[in-house]
Amino acid sequence: MADTMQFDLVSPERKLTSVQAREVRIPSAEGELTAMPGHAALITTLRPGILTVVGPEGTADYAVTGGFAEITPEGVTVLAERGLPKAELTAEVFAEMLAEAKKAVAEAHPSVVDAAAKVLADMEGLGAHMLG
Amino acid sequence: MPSLKDLKNRIGSVKNTRKITKAMQMVAAAKLRRAQEAAEAARPFADRMTAVMAGLAASVGGSDGAPRLLAGTGSDKVQLLVVMTAERGLCGGFNANIAKLARTRANELLAQGKTVKILTVGKKGRDALRRDLGQYFIGHVDLSEVKRLGYANAQAIARDLLARFDAGEFDVATIFYSRFQSVIAQIPTAKQIIPAQFDAVEGTDTSLVYDYEPSEEAILADLLPRGVSTAVFAALLENGASEQGARMSAMDNATRNAGDMIDKLTVQYNRSRQAAITTELVEIIAGAEAL
Repeated sequence: MADTMQFDLVSPERKLTSVQAREVRIPSAEGELTAMPGHAALITTLRPGILTVVGPEGTADYAVTGGFAEITPEGVTVLAERGLPKAELTAEVFAEMLAEAKKAVAEAHPSVVDAAAKVLADMEGLGAHMLG
Repeated sequence: MPSLKDLKNRIGSVKNTRKITKAMQMVAAAKLRRAQEAAEAARPFADRMTAVMAGLAASVGGSDGAPRLLAGTGSDKVQLLVVMTAERGLCGGFNANIAKLARTRANELLAQGKTVKILTVGKKGRDALRRDLGQYFIGHVDLSEVKRLGYANAQAIARDLLARFDAGEFDVATIFYSRFQSVIAQIPTAKQIIPAQFDAVEGTDTSLVYDYEPSEEAILADLLPRGVSTAVFAALLENGASEQGARMSAMDNATRNAGDMIDKLTVQYNRSRQAAITTELVEIIAGAEAL
């Protein structure tokens, strides 16, 4: 079995990265998930969190929110509404994201308010992780 | 018969106009390249998104539990037309073509006894439709302050649409924009975004059976609102490229017309000057002979 696979991180505006990866740790809606080459085909939604790519040249962390990951035996494609290298996730950017999530909870339709609150909680968790 | 001085002035002013249109053409060309790159860069996301949603929609779509964004409200009584145009003019038939398509559709729907609501994005479309369809306007999105279109702009529009949909303000939403085909061809297009519609899925995806986590329904429910943002974003980008393309060819034409006009005026100027010289000579010779 090949020991690397294709990894693509795509945002609505552009392709953020496209590299060979040994493993990818994805913050999926159901919990952390590590995808390695030969993983069963899977589609899962993302929650806000840190996505880690382990490649031959080392690891890279990205902060992602909203979207989904498509895993096939040959590769992983992550479509994130917002994704940026962890280094670029400054307190300011994060505060803006947090404010957005809070606003979403406040304005959410009753049927989706739980989901919005969950996103907010995850977002706060992401902040704790980042600053800790 | 205009005097020599008048002609000279006119030639000067047309030359100035030519300089301006030439400059606008070059600015449009530079902006077009950027707009095309942006549209190009956004394509992978939109393509994957649509492919996955189409796959999900095909498997979930038939069931009763299908989300309202996919199944619709079961009615098509209230139609929302989202008319996306440019904020600025001087781009040939770009704005007029989109407005025309939207007007035709609105009149068709009204003739069928449906309720029409119009949301305009971009000042020019609002101006064009205000006279005959102004009473159907329910909102306007102003993008004139936006320097560079971002996904956030599309998200804001999509959020507004979704909030209106949740509030039961409309049953079907269609966006009107111009698809960029080439610099000389931009095709005004209508696309229904709520309830979502998908073209037939291509064969490549069916070969692989995916697991879904959480359930297919949950993922679809999560993705459909994002799909609306993606569709709006794609339309905004296509529109941006189309606008610049249309402006570029319109300004190219204007520059050429100005050149033709300068040539014509120059010929006229030279003729009148020659005529004036001849008249003067004739007078001098006649005067000399009379002595």
